[in-house]
Amino acid sequence: MGNIDNHSFLDFAYQLYRTMKTNEISLVYEGEVTQDITKTFTSLTERNLAKSEESNAVQRKVFNVMVECLQNISKHADSMGGEDGEERRGIVMVSKGDDSYNIITGNIIKNSKVPGLTENLEQVNSLDKKGLSELYKNQMRDGKLSDKGGAGLGLIDIAKKTGSTLGYQFKELNEEVSFFILTSTIKRSK
Amino acid sequence: MEVINIQGTDDTPNVILDKDNGKFEISGRSLPEDVNQFYQPILDWIDAYAEGGPNEETRFNFKLEYFNTASSKIILDILLKFEEIVESGKNVRIIWHYHEEEEDMLEAGEEYADIVEIPFEYEVYTD
Repeated sequence: MGNIDNHSFLDFAYQLYRTMKTNEISLVYEGEVTQDITKTFTSLTERNLAKSEESNAVQRKVFNVMVECLQNISKHADSMGGEDGEERRGIVMVSKGDDSYNIITGNIIKNSKVPGLTENLEQVNSLDKKGLSELYKNQMRDGKLSDKGGAGLGLIDIAKKTGSTLGYQFKELNEEVSFFILTSTIKRSK
Repeated sequence: MEVINIQGTDDTPNVILDKDNGKFEISGRSLPEDVNQFYQPILDWIDAYAEGGPNEETRFNFKLEYFNTASSKIILDILLKFEEIVESGKNVRIIWHYHEEEEDMLEAGEEYADIVEIPFEYEVYTD
């Protein structure tokens, strides 16, 4: 630990703090995403939202979307080494803008999964409320729970609950893996 | 038949399945880490209930505050089991409770009602 440059670290910490303040980022986390972490964040978010006098409907939507995003990471994130069975890590951010909350998650994903995921995201983004509801019902009826307990419903659910399209980006890191960023937006005024 | 009475936690629901007293209820929050593990005893109980001669009328209450998508799939499995009980000639009614500010929860109930052939009643509650 002796090598940490104290001054530049302080500088970094302060810049990070300023950036978070400016962008009203209320939560940032990077690390392993487990059920316990999910529970901790959601209850923290619930408490913060309760204090913020946000409507119950908005509070619950933020809560719902957070759970789905975190559980997506805990079920689907890959690791840099590409080997299975390693911890599922990711980054999670919650920011509050004038008219919306943004929940941004990022995690590593195998390149081989990118085309399929892109197709799913495009499909979800192309549908209106009724179309999403139909897709959800079909997937619930015909889809099977994976051994990890995923139902292939998370993205559809987020789009349904937020009423907004899903923002996404893939940044290729090497031949094996990419970094996947997903942004969900919940409108505040209701 | 044995009674299932599970106390809810912040990520698992309260569950009461009591044939003799006609109480069937799942309430609270459902976002368990392993939905299969949590719900398997419940699905097994419903299978046994269906096989052992279900009550003439079953009123099943869902009063969920929140459930994750993995749970939504399992809830459909539960409803499909009751649909079979309906097909066997018994009455089943799903009482779907939702908070007055929770349109999403009402819509979730309506979606299930679209998929399964069981009568649904919707009951709104306030705090």
